[in-house]
Amino acid sequence: MDRGAKKSMIKIEKRFYISKGQELYIILASIILALLSGALMLRLMGVNPWEAYGMMLKGSLSDFYGISETLAKTIPLAMCSLAVGLAFTMVVWNIGAEGQFVMGALACTAFVRYFYTDSAIVMLASMTVTSSLAGGFWGAFAGFLKARWNVNEIITTLMMNYIAILLLQYFVYGSWRDPTSLGFPMTPVFPESARLPQFFASRVHAGLFFALIVALILWIVVRKGVWGYEIRVSGQNPRAADYAGIKSARNVILVMFLSGAIAGLAGMAEMAGLHRRLQPGFAVGYGYTAIIIAWLARLHPFTIIFVSFFFGALFVGGENLQIAMRLPLSTVQILQGLILFFLLGGEFFRSYRISLTFKKR
Amino acid sequence: MAEKVLVNMRGITKTFYDIKANDDVDFDLKAGEVHALLGENGAGKSTLMSILCGLYQPDEGTIELEGHEVVFRSPKDAIAQGIGIVHQHFMLVPSLTVWENMALGSAERDFIVKENATCARIRELSARYGLDVDPLSPVWQLSIGEQQRVAILRMLFHKAKILILDEPTSVLTPQETEKLFETVKHMKEEGFGIVFISHKLKEVFEISDRITVLRRGRVVGTLSAREVTAEKLAEMMVGSGGVGEIKVGVSRKPPGKPILIAEEIRVRNDKGLVAVDGVSLTLRENQILGIAGVSGNGQGELAEALAGMRHIERGRLYFTVEDVTSASARRMVDLGVKYIPADRKGVGLVPNMNVAENVALRKYWRPPYRRGFFIDWDEVYRDSGYLIESYDILTPGIDVAVRMLSGGNQQKLILARELSDNMKVVIAMHPTWGLDVKATAFVREKLLAAKEEGGAVLLISEDLDELLMLSDLLAVMYRGRLMGTIEAPDRSHIEKIGLMMAGIASDGQGGKKEHD
Repeated sequence: MDRGAKKSMIKIEKRFYISKGQELYIILASIILALLSGALMLRLMGVNPWEAYGMMLKGSLSDFYGISETLAKTIPLAMCSLAVGLAFTMVVWNIGAEGQFVMGALACTAFVRYFYTDSAIVMLASMTVTSSLAGGFWGAFAGFLKARWNVNEIITTLMMNYIAILLLQYFVYGSWRDPTSLGFPMTPVFPESARLPQFFASRVHAGLFFALIVALILWIVVRKGVWGYEIRVSGQNPRAADYAGIKSARNVILVMFLSGAIAGLAGMAEMAGLHRRLQPGFAVGYGYTAIIIAWLARLHPFTIIFVSFFFGALFVGGENLQIAMRLPLSTVQILQGLILFFLLGGEFFRSYRISLTFKKR
Repeated sequence: MAEKVLVNMRGITKTFYDIKANDDVDFDLKAGEVHALLGENGAGKSTLMSILCGLYQPDEGTIELEGHEVVFRSPKDAIAQGIGIVHQHFMLVPSLTVWENMALGSAERDFIVKENATCARIRELSARYGLDVDPLSPVWQLSIGEQQRVAILRMLFHKAKILILDEPTSVLTPQETEKLFETVKHMKEEGFGIVFISHKLKEVFEISDRITVLRRGRVVGTLSAREVTAEKLAEMMVGSGGVGEIKVGVSRKPPGKPILIAEEIRVRNDKGLVAVDGVSLTLRENQILGIAGVSGNGQGELAEALAGMRHIERGRLYFTVEDVTSASARRMVDLGVKYIPADRKGVGLVPNMNVAENVALRKYWRPPYRRGFFIDWDEVYRDSGYLIESYDILTPGIDVAVRMLSGGNQQKLILARELSDNMKVVIAMHPTWGLDVKATAFVREKLLAAKEEGGAVLLISEDLDELLMLSDLLAVMYRGRLMGTIEAPDRSHIEKIGLMMAGIASDGQGGKKEHD
């Protein structure tokens, strides 16, 4: 009809293949765009954005203290990310790492309270087991509901986060409160035998090895093992899994159990290694940030460790921003949100490309 | 009247992922003619028609309707100009009634839906074109043939003058096909322009006035149906290489021992309804048993039950003397019962996983693939390389996701995996569906080879020619039952087969006429 109006066209086409380089390029572009729009936001808040970013970098990575703080944050982030990453491998959407993390912390605190002994080995080993079981069953329950009645795990895991957090509050405000805490909601400090060692006079603790060992085990099991192959098939194509005689329902429960157990173990490491007492503020959303990290790392266990370090730096840098520039905590959360937003936007370019053509007439 | 040109497409070019799906294609359609579009899968038929009905915009080229150039930005524009397409899958809403489906997407949209007026127009149209259908019945209750009538009626209801029929006969019984052709002839006389997409030569000859053959996105030629022979058309479709009919029955070994025996088995479908209702059959060494029937009569459920993937509620299944009624899919594979599912990408393969991972799919639990807790991927890769070579699978590499492979190569991969070792029984469901001529011939040869090697083959297909070509025995399935068996079937049995497909048993044996 109107030939003149259609000179050029923007076309969106599906891509068949994407190279590792292109993939990296998309991720970097997403992060840069996020930081740029973050800069705009900081500008609107009346802050010099480059100064703010400099402050974040300085606080998190420029000296020993900053790096050690970043590592201390990396531990729970990495373990929660490994936890959800395992579930995502089977395309089971465990959004409940936060709750499983809290249940792990609750369980080991209960153990310290009721079954205290002097032997550090016995204490730490038992706390590891109880916390893993607590987180594991918290996850497996959602897995069971999914396997048995096809209840959406996104809803159940998310809801169970609130149950876990409110349980935590029930105990710290109630019967577990330290009588000497002057009314603050927190339990008594863990005894010596229930503490994981810290290194180099910093807050980096032995939980770091937990994270590395879990990553190594997951890499072996998921990438090389028979069971890892099965859960990947079940996740990618459940009907092909039936065809291969894979028992997907059983695997859903097992995956959710192990995923929850890893998050529960993270909760134990956080208690025994860092806080050494239960208090409401210790769960600051690592379980949710983990979703972003696992996704960014394409579920690869070793990549997860590195991405967690990056997000740890973002957390610590954000704290520095709060202290030095008196910006609210929400600023950092907005920055994280922006990064996620642009990364998810970037996902589109993994499977599509846009080409601009000019019509000659 | 025959010379009025309704559609004139000139120089249409459309590129997807650097492949020219249409390359400078000219196509025109006159009022009162049936113009067939013939070509293999991937020749560009659907792309061309998707451009005509507004789904895609061409990169280059123009479309004229009755002499005026048009640009369709969406299917809506095309419908408004009187172009209607009847897809292979009819795109009807099953839970709605016939008239509600018609009212949906109607150009004259009123706030209040006019049920009576709509029904009256449907009745008028169906009487005029011989498309019997009750406007008040819900679509899910209709047979496939009836649903197709609804889809055609919907286009007439939307005042289409140009009708595109995309492989309309692939889901019909021979009798239903005949009825469809009567309707098409009637519409032709009334001045409609009809595009008939098919790859079945016989039907194309029967119904069309002109034939355009596409190959690899280009027009090979446009010919009058009266001036061309089937051989010529087949050659145009596949190129100079020739079709090469496959040799059948060169060495007919007599059928051997029974391997897989089903006795009166009953199986339910996913909705919990009885889909296979007391089927008995025996698969023997060196024999192909074919099962014909319109799809959705329980064939899929039967195949899954025999492969150990679906619960057998009543009756018995034996593998030689062993009772395998409740055996798992894995047990059946270990016994040598192999299964080629109809849905390649949905069941047979994991499209996002690579070739080696798909080769492992049905053997990974046994050595040499399995070593303790681990899979010996080196071994799987070695095997995959060997299978790629011996089955001539075209792939950029072993670690390439199988969704990148063409349909033919995906099917070859499944065949390679299922047939390459410890094969005693093969259950093949629509094994050549959607494949081009060469891949089809390859699959058929492999099935015949499997039989020659002593395999007991069950071939479930909708393609009668294929069944007649390959089967030693042919049974027809209708509403979960087998309607009798024909030995050494050939073309002379087509009438009888067609009646059985429609549920009319020609002789006393098998199936009842009345159903609940």
